[in-house]
Amino acid sequence: MDDLTLSARAAAHAEPLPKKERMKIQRGSMPEQDAMARARNFAEVNLGYTEQLAIMEADRCLQCPKPYCIDGCPVSVNIPNFIRLLGEGDVKGAADSLLGDNALPCVTGRVCPQETQCEQVCLRAKTGTPVAIGYLERFVADWAINNRDVFTAAKPAPSGKKVAIIGSGPAGLTAAGELTKHGHKVTIFEAFHAAGGVLIYGIPEFRLPKDIVQKEVDRLVADGVEIRPNSIIGKTYTLPELRAEFDAVFVAVGAGLPVFMNVPGENLKGVYSANEYLTRVNLMGAYNPDSNTPVLHGQRVAVVGGGNVAMDSVRTARRLGAAEAVCVYRRSRTELPARSEEVHHAEQEGVRFEFLTAPVEVLGDEKGWVTGLKCIRMELGEPDASGRRRPVEIPGSEFVFPCEMVVVAIGTRSNPLLTSTSPDLRINKWGYIEIDGNLETSMDGVFAGGDIVRGAATVILAMGDGKKAARNIDAYLRGDLPSPVEVPLEAPAAH
Amino acid sequence: MHPIVARSQLSPNVTRLVVEAPRIAEIRQPGQFVIVRRGPGAERIPLTIADVDKSAGTISLVIQAIGASTSELTTLQVGDAITDVAGPLGRPTELLEAGHAVCVGGGVGTAVVYPIAQALARNGVKVTSVIGGRSKEWVIYEDELRAAGDVIVCTDDGSYGRHGFVTEALKDLCEAGGIDEVFAVGPVPMMRACSELTRPYGIKTTVSLNSIMIDGTGMCGGCRVAIDGKSQYACVDGPEFDGHKVDFRLLADRLTTYREFEQAALERWQASHAEAH
Repeated sequence: MDDLTLSARAAAHAEPLPKKERMKIQRGSMPEQDAMARARNFAEVNLGYTEQLAIMEADRCLQCPKPYCIDGCPVSVNIPNFIRLLGEGDVKGAADSLLGDNALPCVTGRVCPQETQCEQVCLRAKTGTPVAIGYLERFVADWAINNRDVFTAAKPAPSGKKVAIIGSGPAGLTAAGELTKHGHKVTIFEAFHAAGGVLIYGIPEFRLPKDIVQKEVDRLVADGVEIRPNSIIGKTYTLPELRAEFDAVFVAVGAGLPVFMNVPGENLKGVYSANEYLTRVNLMGAYNPDSNTPVLHGQRVAVVGGGNVAMDSVRTARRLGAAEAVCVYRRSRTELPARSEEVHHAEQEGVRFEFLTAPVEVLGDEKGWVTGLKCIRMELGEPDASGRRRPVEIPGSEFVFPCEMVVVAIGTRSNPLLTSTSPDLRINKWGYIEIDGNLETSMDGVFAGGDIVRGAATVILAMGDGKKAARNIDAYLRGDLPSPVEVPLEAPAAH
Repeated sequence: MHPIVARSQLSPNVTRLVVEAPRIAEIRQPGQFVIVRRGPGAERIPLTIADVDKSAGTISLVIQAIGASTSELTTLQVGDAITDVAGPLGRPTELLEAGHAVCVGGGVGTAVVYPIAQALARNGVKVTSVIGGRSKEWVIYEDELRAAGDVIVCTDDGSYGRHGFVTEALKDLCEAGGIDEVFAVGPVPMMRACSELTRPYGIKTTVSLNSIMIDGTGMCGGCRVAIDGKSQYACVDGPEFDGHKVDFRLLADRLTTYREFEQAALERWQASHAEAH
């Protein structure tokens, strides 16, 4: 066994390991905080690969001549290339390669659903476990963000063009990074007082530390991106006003309206939308007992939904002291849309799952506080429009889960603030912005991407849109945007 | 940063801060509000825009010191600055073009009706303002409202103006007739009483709701209120609603969500503030 440090690897100039040797290496597990300890704190769960683990994992990559993993990645990261460089001990080269493809690798290395993307199509998954691409991405990205001074990228020549980006979430930040590389002057308009969008108000500290997001934002600001907080487009300015002032606009405002269950009792004290619950805890820092912003602490908390936001909410409730934190999901475990690692972590932390269960009413006392969630059991029937088997109520199976808090995490939809003040912007019947294959909207020079086009989706899909929009905006500004040929994104699934 | 360029004490617990916010001063309309965050770590709180000076690029914020965050804001002096001011938020008031409007203001709510009364008067609407407070020193915006029309001042203890609640003066006006719309802004019981009072007269009554908010853009849903039995968001669908359709009981109830926390925070703040002085 050779010395598994980056410097030893770099010095050795060793021949690549033969495939047979590579196949023998087992996938390295991610070091993580003890489950019982972390169920009560907000520190990051995953601790990150050590140098040794990272090199061993890099050695597992077969360097396929036809790498499926790249196609599996919504932003087409050249995965084998950065892994090869890492394996050679050239972490700086690996970081250059990764950052060239992905503006926010610290984020995606932590929150991407790798198991349904790059790692799903990894050749090694066919005979065993895939290369831990996400963990390696995180390792390289974290190294880069902690060694910023070794990156001395030449500033591109200014193009003289100004681009406005509306929203500083994953789509907006990605587009900002890409457009800056082309020398365009980028201004991001953010409604909140801080940049990051869902990365700061939604995804909790224990999954994505806020100082990591801040460092990603700082990197963009250092590259010349201007961020204008407290700027609500549709209120402080309108889209037509921005269009008049900028050479192009990218709308990446996300799907900022919570969906409620529409059952009786939903206005009782103790019922939160996941947006409100997570914003209070994450953006406003209410996980800290000294915070100026309050949040309720339930001993028994029911979280409704089965996506990543539901996992974030239920695990947050555990950390805020809930003895019983229950995830109520109307389909079965197989259909859970959340990342598998989050579900696994939630279970380790003592979260209970009530599958095939749907809420029918929130119960309360005479003072207006939640006392329980009345539910009904479901069974799976025929497949519905989404291809998943439709949950059907089992008559007479109602029961009450006694609790003090209910968090509703069943999705979000489009917020009309921006679109209702942009008469020339075409939207579909769900209120999402219509785009062509170039991601351009019905307004000339106005592009859109992320959840405001797709409906609530993932960070990485939003980033993919940001990257593609930036490429097309650059072409538009140079006057050679081709006619749209591709089929637009399919309409979002109804909730 | 938004520097404070003027400060005045309007009543024992109500302070006016004139704050630089040129864009908001330029475009705000009556009925709209801002969300203010004093500095890093501070709470986001909604505040009405009582007045603007477009040429100076300033807005007037009227703050009632009731909790830790509002108390902290009222300690700010000229030369200090507020880190974040976001807005203007909410739907503007739907203003009458003619006729007679009665603007009822209770306590700090008077600062909310003031820009409405001002705009109505500018439209040529006859404005009668009814404003109240516990005693003379609690009455605010009297002189400003006189510029918009008649003002009836009511005090609970009779120390100034008419003795009694604003609802009693409003009842007399309703009896006299000829009112096209009533705007009522103040504590929840007062808005409820005004709405109940006007209902039998069939007078359109608009109230401005101060539910708990974070973002002010419809994103969190925390400010939801029931209007005619349907959930609406005070931040984007309001803050003004038809008083005859508002579920005031629910509003009052939801406003108590953080009462224990607020009390503890206020005590902490008072203790630390006393130490600092």
